[in-house]
Amino acid sequence: MIPSAFDYARPENLQDAFALLAEHGDEAKLIAGGHSLLPMMKLRLATPSILIDISRIDGLAGIDATRDGLKLGALVTHAALAASEQVRKLAPALADAAAQIGDTQVRNRGTLGGACAHGDPAADYPAVLLALGARLRIAKKGGETVKEADDFFRGMFETALEGDAILTEIALGPAPHSAYVKFPHPASHYAVVGVAAKLELQGAKIASARVAITGVGDSAFRAKSVEKALSGVDAGDAAAIRSACIDAAAGIEARSDVFASGSYRAAMAAVYAARAVTAAAIR
Amino acid sequence: MIELRLVVNGEERRLEVDPRTTLCDLLRERLALTGTKKGCDRGECGACTVHVNGRRVLSCMTLAVMHEGDAVTTIEGIARDGSLHPVQRAFVEHDAFQCGFCTSGQIMSAIACIEEGRASDPATIREAMSGNLCRCAAYANIVAAIQAAAESR
Ligand SMILES: Cc1cc2nc3c(=O)[nH]c(=O)nc-3n(C[C@H](O)[C@H](O)[C@H](O)COP(=O)(O)OP(=O)(O)OC[C@H]3O[C@@H](n4cnc5c(N)ncnc54)[C@H](O)[C@@H]3O)c2cc1C
Ligand code: FES
Ligand code: FES
Repeated sequence: MIPSAFDYARPENLQDAFALLAEHGDEAKLIAGGHSLLPMMKLRLATPSILIDISRIDGLAGIDATRDGLKLGALVTHAALAASEQVRKLAPALADAAAQIGDTQVRNRGTLGGACAHGDPAADYPAVLLALGARLRIAKKGGETVKEADDFFRGMFETALEGDAILTEIALGPAPHSAYVKFPHPASHYAVVGVAAKLELQGAKIASARVAITGVGDSAFRAKSVEKALSGVDAGDAAAIRSACIDAAAGIEARSDVFASGSYRAAMAAVYAARAVTAAAIR
Repeated sequence: MIELRLVVNGEERRLEVDPRTTLCDLLRERLALTGTKKGCDRGECGACTVHVNGRRVLSCMTLAVMHEGDAVTTIEGIARDGSLHPVQRAFVEHDAFQCGFCTSGQIMSAIACIEEGRASDPATIREAMSGNLCRCAAYANIVAAIQAAAESR
């Protein structure tokens, strides 16, 4: 369980980090909290020859409420998100997810940006960012781009990030009626199934909904047929919500492992989707 | 090799380290602070829990070189003037261990759990301590010890 040898650099700003990435190319890996990368390096599934420690770059750990919602730095820890009043108020689904990652020790080191960049199919945040329509700011040597969450999570351990890019910030619009619920793996706490829902309410009715599911497919996905079926549904009608959620995993090849078969995951996706929508409706 | 300066249990330490050394291995192998245990080495058991700048973290899941200038507290650093830390005492009084392998991690985690204000009742304590496994299943007594230590603060 000892990684192969590597060099270590700790740039103080993004420009220095870009220079190191340019110099070392594919041989380099960024490290933030290390809670996904180090396990892979110990198993030698990742063997970078240099680690670029971005954890002390200034200005990437802010939680800022703006007129348009929230701006979150990539280095914000899960614990900081879970403890933030502003996050709880403006994006409760994100606070739900952050508070349920692993355990307290994991949450004290792991970062929002690292969890998104890693692209784990059972990670919690991808579902939340899809449901909340997050925009991810990606910086490179030549400049910056902003990607919608819909275009960011691409597959198992695959995102829109290229090797020379750094995820710097995640922006969210206000989503007061939002929730994230999960069926955690009892040992790791990763999502066997996790569902995030964001609702726009009009009086007692759901005007529109965004629902996204993690843990089930190769990466988190929007349940678009559920979103459609929810529109116009009475937000207090549990039976109607359940029936709108019934096909939550339709068209997805659900993963099977020793803990849960694909068909079980698909069935639980429907159950947890209804719970997420119900929880979002009463916020 | 990389030069590293750390403050461990209040004492400044300067050493040269191979970047792949985890904080856990550094404490155990280089500083002979073997109270910190390595159970799983993959973030799942909590036996390696220490405090970094006052927060509980898993020393097996972090590289020593990432902690330049940080203050690290281990189980060896919590007794004061020869008397046990109140949480250590509560563990003894409540028989909160059997083999003892998980105990230093449990105690470091418990101290943080109390400081985080999450030791008000058994359910809250169990949730806040969920990152620390005990293969001997001394959980009932661990929770009782933490609750007692929190109440006597
Ligand atoms: C015991 C345990 C339990 C866990 N339970 C859960 C859980 O329940 N739910 C969950 O979602 N996750 C869980 N995790 C994973 C945890 O959330 C990690 O913190 C997270 O996946 C990675 O964040 P990090 O900051 O540690 O990233 P690192 O491990 O440092 O990096 C991960 C990857 O992202 C890249 N990277 C990091 N930051 C950036 C950036 N800003 N820009 C570009 N690339 C970057 C790195 O190069 C690396 O490839 C668990 C981990 C452990 C050890
Ligand atoms: S040894 Fe670090 S969590 Fe198990
Ligand atoms: S006392 Fe034996 S593992 Fe906890």
